[in-house]
Amino acid sequence: MKRILATRELLLLVAIGIVLAIIASRFPAFVTPANLTVVFNDTSPLILLAIGQMIVILTKCIDLSVAANLALTGMVVALVNIAAPDLPIPVIIVIATGFGTLLGMFNGLLVWKLAIPPIVVTLGTMTIFRGCIFLLTEGKWVNSHEMTAAFKAVPRADILGLPVLSWIAIVAVIFFSLLMTRTTLGRAFYAAGGNPHAATYAGINVGRTQFWAFTISGAIAGLTGYLWVSRFAVAYVDVAGGFELTVVAACVIGGVSIMGGIGTVTGALLGALFLGIIANALPVVNISPFWQMAISGSAIIIAVVVNAQANRSPGRIILKKAEQAT
Amino acid sequence: MTQTRSIPDRLQSPAERYLKSWESLLLLVAIGIFVANSFASPYFLNAWNLSDATFNFTEKAMIAFAMALLIISGEIDLSVAAIIALASTAMGAAVQIGVGTEGLVVIGLAVGVLCGAFNGFLVTGLGLPSIVVTIGTMSLFRGISFIILGDQAYRGYPPEFAFFGQGYVWWVISFEFVLFAIIAVIYAVILHKTNFGRAVYAIGNNATGALFSGIRVGRVKFILFLLTGLMSGVAAICLTSRLGSTRPSIAFGWELEIVTMVVLGGVNILGGSGTIPGVVIAAFVMGLVTFGLGLLNVPGIVMSIVIGALLISVIALPRLWSMWRQA
Amino acid sequence: MQLEPGPAVSSKTVSDIAPRLSLKGITKTFPGVRALSEVSLALFPGKVTALVGENGAGKSTLVKVLTGIYQPNEGEIRIDDAPVRFPTPQAAETAGVTAIHQETVLFDELSVAENIFLGHAPKGRFGLIDRAAMKARAREILSGIGANIDPNATLKDLGTANKHLVAIARALSIDARVVIMDEPTAALSQKEIEELYELVEGLKRQGKAILFISHKFDEIFRIADYYTVYRDGQMVGDGVIADVSEPDLVKMMVGREVSQIFPERQQNVGDEVLVVDGYEHPTEFADIGFTLKRGEILGFYGLVGAGRSEFMQALFGITRPSAGQVRIDGAPVTIRSPADAVNSGIVYVPEDRGKQGAIGALPIFQNVTLPSLARTSHKGFLKLAEEFKLAREYTQRLDLRAASLDTDVGNLSGGNQQKVVIAKWLATQPKVIILDEPTKGIDIGSKAAVHEFMAELAAQGLAVIMVSSEIPEIVGMSDRVIVMREGRMVAELTKADITPETLVGHAAGIKEAAQ
Repeated sequence: MKRILATRELLLLVAIGIVLAIIASRFPAFVTPANLTVVFNDTSPLILLAIGQMIVILTKCIDLSVAANLALTGMVVALVNIAAPDLPIPVIIVIATGFGTLLGMFNGLLVWKLAIPPIVVTLGTMTIFRGCIFLLTEGKWVNSHEMTAAFKAVPRADILGLPVLSWIAIVAVIFFSLLMTRTTLGRAFYAAGGNPHAATYAGINVGRTQFWAFTISGAIAGLTGYLWVSRFAVAYVDVAGGFELTVVAACVIGGVSIMGGIGTVTGALLGALFLGIIANALPVVNISPFWQMAISGSAIIIAVVVNAQANRSPGRIILKKAEQAT
Repeated sequence: MTQTRSIPDRLQSPAERYLKSWESLLLLVAIGIFVANSFASPYFLNAWNLSDATFNFTEKAMIAFAMALLIISGEIDLSVAAIIALASTAMGAAVQIGVGTEGLVVIGLAVGVLCGAFNGFLVTGLGLPSIVVTIGTMSLFRGISFIILGDQAYRGYPPEFAFFGQGYVWWVISFEFVLFAIIAVIYAVILHKTNFGRAVYAIGNNATGALFSGIRVGRVKFILFLLTGLMSGVAAICLTSRLGSTRPSIAFGWELEIVTMVVLGGVNILGGSGTIPGVVIAAFVMGLVTFGLGLLNVPGIVMSIVIGALLISVIALPRLWSMWRQA
Repeated sequence: MQLEPGPAVSSKTVSDIAPRLSLKGITKTFPGVRALSEVSLALFPGKVTALVGENGAGKSTLVKVLTGIYQPNEGEIRIDDAPVRFPTPQAAETAGVTAIHQETVLFDELSVAENIFLGHAPKGRFGLIDRAAMKARAREILSGIGANIDPNATLKDLGTANKHLVAIARALSIDARVVIMDEPTAALSQKEIEELYELVEGLKRQGKAILFISHKFDEIFRIADYYTVYRDGQMVGDGVIADVSEPDLVKMMVGREVSQIFPERQQNVGDEVLVVDGYEHPTEFADIGFTLKRGEILGFYGLVGAGRSEFMQALFGITRPSAGQVRIDGAPVTIRSPADAVNSGIVYVPEDRGKQGAIGALPIFQNVTLPSLARTSHKGFLKLAEEFKLAREYTQRLDLRAASLDTDVGNLSGGNQQKVVIAKWLATQPKVIILDEPTKGIDIGSKAAVHEFMAELAAQGLAVIMVSSEIPEIVGMSDRVIVMREGRMVAELTKADITPETLVGHAAGIKEAAQ
């Protein structure tokens, strides 16, 4: 565990602790287990997407299409639900994950096979995916009454006091922690982004590794698309509009380096929780929710400054006395 | 040393270079879209309609020119739309205490420059990656607008202020369009005809090499962030004037459209190459597509598919073509 | 031994043992370049074969073919006489071919154990990486090569020498039968090199076939059993190292007799131009002070990592010293950036040409005029005619070979790129030119041209600082030499005292030799 909770994450954990303590001193109700459960559940979609984004950023890429993928996949499963109300929910979940995976693979293929810069690819697919939602529905909303009860029930269903949505986030955190630290693919993500040249020598196909990162990010976005649409019981073109930048923000705050090769699932989790806690605490502490954007912006800037200090290379130590001093 | 052999200055004439350039290809696309539009809709070839259409891109293009230089130098600024929001909010607040048109212009430009300086300081002063820094300042700048305005809006701009976004210089030629043209020329000169522009290319190709060649890399980049901030301030004045009101959501999502315009114009997103004429043509392409589809009653969101597909395919097609030829 | 390129000599002339690995007729082409042309090579169990050749002879391409990074267009690879193919780096590893690469190809953010086992980590339940086993094996391999490194440590916390040991451990972590060492001693100190030799001896005893690529002849003659020489992508000779002399090898490498003759120079030393006093940096160097006169060539000698380049980069304004003064022509100058240095008349030709020297995607003329734009322009506006004029003048002076002045510098050969960098600086009409390893990575043939040009610059009154790790170059070119060790000046030698023995003695800190 001590490696997983490296200094970066520890620092963020302390920051979260301080924020919670300050809130608790005035509004103890916020830190009751019941309320924290609500906060966690509310943050779960962000946690899921941040994990996917973290993997993409690890490989020196960025996925700006996650929120659009989420919205498109959410709309697709909502339409499937209308067209075939009897389709069991596990099938819906498979469709959502599978469709999101395909969208992610499309990004990944363009990056891998055509070597188009990821920011260009996902900027393009972001607008294309959103546009496709419009083509599917001609701009109409899919509302709560059109969805089946089963479709809407899953994320809210209660297991051992926690909603399924929260459980999915927890399982994802555990699953991807294992994947990232204990599998060849997981380590390949770090290698491909940390030193692409060396990765090639170590027999890692950097492009293909990036393809898998986009595929995972797409799969997670697709799954989250279903969860999002069913939880809020509405699907429309602008679902989760602009959310891709919140996701990137969660990663940056969580210590993921935009230069690639540095980042952990724990970091992404904590970064997402930090933003989630702020968002949920503002109304409680009577600060207008309009403060949220500026606060998360400041948090990003502070996080980048802190991370940059921590990652600054110590430079060559040639002088003997300097070597002894350190 | 001993005998000298002369090396020719150029093998390819400049004209030949232009013909084979990305810009000529893009110009063909633009002409194609223009012709297609005029066939598709009887309302297209109408001076006033065309003039209206320019508003689709003039404000974004002003920023795109500065952004092009920034991207060529290897940096990016995603906070431009947020700077518009903050500058517009500042102007709106100033209106409430009775500041006149001249004062508003100064405030709009000043906020833009200050925001650009803040970005520039974080990137060049502290050595942070610009993509993350400006995602942060994007939230911060627009966040401040939200704190000030919430779900309210500022109105009541002085009547003379409307000229910047609604005024016409001559017949159908709007003030904004003239401003756009002037700014395009200025940036084309800066990038292609000055020492500063040369430094921008050198930095974008190899920042270390440029530094080792005696270029003041940090200073050049800082100036580019200032210019991008300044252009955002100019765009804020035009847009606010055109809309006549300020909401914190003003120009939302523009940063990505502006980056798209720059990349479509042939600027390498990784830095090092690109031209202002390319960005000008890209601005027209995006404006024409929007306008043409609008005449056909195709909603704006569908046009985003076209733009997105255009963005990817203009880069993908040449690569696919060369892969196909090799195979 | 044969001098003319042609059909490869059969390995039977070299040895009666069956080769562990053999290459036959390997050809590798890139668009416009034939990097390898029907080359062969044989490696024998328990023996070290040295592969020698100039830069561009095809050695690196060969390593990449052997490790599955490049696919040869023609030819076959055999291991124990069975044909094999290496479509991927993994395939090469599986076949037991491993390489210690020239550059350290490791991952700073991963642990030592992960670096060693990336791509072939031991697996436990559910196919997950068995970290306990991985660490235990890493510890085993590291102690096997006498490295006292914690497998849990993050790589970025290790020093250069330890990183190198991790790279070796990585190569040995697969059950290798063939070990390729691509310039393994380039970044090592003398003591570490000795340790590496012992390691090589150990590998020989284990019966591994070793390919040893090196530029250093002392090294080759010390540890190699056989040699193979490549020139311009072709094999030009092989044999037993005991049967060959150093001049013979050089002759095969360059295809002609080469004696290292340095240009005759008359001492034409003028006034003092540069005075450096008390230059200091918190971690890199301390107490650097010297003077430099017009027309003088001042050599800076020391082992790799003695702080010479670091000091030069501080003098050029890349890094900031914590203390110290510089005077040019008697007037104090403040150097906070390379731009300041250039304005003061100090220019720097860096060692790392690709990254720091030339801007590859810009045309030649723009590279040359980059620091002189203030002179070729009018009020900040470019004047292309002036630029071409300046570029033409200085590229001609250096006898640059290029199709046109608007050719991108990236398309030129290494030697011509170096000429562009030097032309760029001469165009600024400097007072002091610093050349950092000016002939590193340049063919033996071009080296003489660089030396001649350096002498010419000095004769014209330019003050030259030459950082070099090559003793013949230092001895042959310098009027005066400053030796650095561990970031400090340890000796200043005048012409008569500049001998290989004194240089090495001071640089390595050997007391007796230094006296």
